Amino acid sequence: MSEARKYPAPVTNPETAAFWDAAKSGRFMIKRCTACGEAHYFPRSICPFCYSDKTVWEEASGEGTIYTYSLMRKSPTGPYAIGYVTLKEGPSVQTNFVDCDLEKLKIGQKVKVVFKPTDGAPLPFFTPV
Amino acid sequence: MTIKGKAYIAGIYEHPTRHAPDKSTAQLHAEVAKGAIEDAGISKDDVDGYFCAGDAPGGAWPMVDYLGLNTKRLRHVDSTETGGCSYIIHLGHAAEAIAAGKCSIALITLAGKPRTGAMPPRAAGAEADFESAYGATTHNAYGMCAMRHMHDYGTTSEQLAWIKVAASHHAQYNPHAMLKDVVTVEDVLNSPMISDPLHRMDCCVVSDGGGALIVTTPEIARSLKKPLVRLVGHGEAMKGPRGGKDLDLTYSAGVWSGPRAFEEAGITPKDIKYASIYDSFTITVLMQLEDLGFCRKGEGGKFVADGNLISGVGKLPFNTDGGGLCSNHPVNRGGMTKIIEAVRQLRGEAHPKVQVPNCDLAIAHGTGGLLGVRHAASTAILERV
Repeated sequence: MSEARKYPAPVTNPETAAFWDAAKSGRFMIKRCTACGEAHYFPRSICPFCYSDKTVWEEASGEGTIYTYSLMRKSPTGPYAIGYVTLKEGPSVQTNFVDCDLEKLKIGQKVKVVFKPTDGAPLPFFTPV
Repeated sequence: MTIKGKAYIAGIYEHPTRHAPDKSTAQLHAEVAKGAIEDAGISKDDVDGYFCAGDAPGGAWPMVDYLGLNTKRLRHVDSTETGGCSYIIHLGHAAEAIAAGKCSIALITLAGKPRTGAMPPRAAGAEADFESAYGATTHNAYGMCAMRHMHDYGTTSEQLAWIKVAASHHAQYNPHAMLKDVVTVEDVLNSPMISDPLHRMDCCVVSDGGGALIVTTPEIARSLKKPLVRLVGHGEAMKGPRGGKDLDLTYSAGVWSGPRAFEEAGITPKDIKYASIYDSFTITVLMQLEDLGFCRKGEGGKFVADGNLISGVGKLPFNTDGGGLCSNHPVNRGGMTKIIEAVRQLRGEAHPKVQVPNCDLAIAHGTGGLLGVRHAASTAILERV
């Protein structure tokens, strides 16, 4: 089961520390550019679309749909499903799907964020709604 | 300025080994360098440009020293690292350097031993904290592409299997191929699922080995004894999730590198007689054929089915050495062997059972990195003169 996997603690850095601080209180943050209005993930200080430095943190709904996935069956720590979730806010994020029957995942399925502990800040994962 | 016709591939060498626990990685680089230098009929002291990627132990300067290259003569180095397509990019860069007069005889080497021991991990990028925990591997990163391609275009596992079937038809004639048995679509579908929807036989082999090229000026190439093969078009490109906007894993950076190469060559995909297409997985081939314009996006499944990639049977003979799916995948990097088999075809040196008649234009195309995450692509169009 994916729950048996031990996840590495984020190293974090000054650019992304606010994301991990928010994760400790269960909040899933994205960055939005106030110049062009676009949201992006993972967070950068300079907007990757318009190069403005006017990016701000925004708490995301944590809801989205599965863009794609693949169930890895040959792994020393057991099967796990990697995929991308397209958030309600727009950006697609890489993740694992957890706390569900991995055989029943489907593209387009609605999912929500859940945090899993590490030795440092918790990591965001997604699970079917 | 163009590199069209400014550089010739005068020497090629593919290491015959597929498992080399008794050799060092640097030694394999030296063996392939020696092989390509001898194939070209030059001396190692003539080499004045050296190109290598992340597989070269220590990078360019330790390799130049270890290989005993002539440092009084060597005047151009390039260690561009773009994974499996590094060597196709090196070929283009060598042509640029030759066209600019920065070197006249370039050596490009690839070698390593992933079958003997695990390869060191890539250095982390800015994305590491946001991705590394999720266990992206080659298998599941390409699985994600295949899953979405099937969803969007109705591509099937049977269609993907035809790519492996075609590779196996070619590999039966390659005495060095790791997998020489001809397989069927059913064999592929019945092989164990590795990472949905990719079966074991959708995946390439893991092999030790390597390869090398000698790239030179038209004048020097004409003074040597090998059939003349020149680079007439080249392209390179990169693609990634770019902030997660409009994510689309059904196409690769080949949509940009391909047209750049075709435009420079002044030809279209219809003119190509033989195609070396990086086959880390069956889906890699299918997506790249679409991206390069051999068929429309979404129609790759129909294009590869029913033996269309088998030499002597279909319209587009591909990977006539058996490719990564059956022959070898040295250092988990398929770009070098793609160029080498294309040159064999243009020289008329491919196995008679798979040699394309009157092969005068060929393409060698590859990707590096992970198609489902972030990757590079490079396209080379080669012509027999």
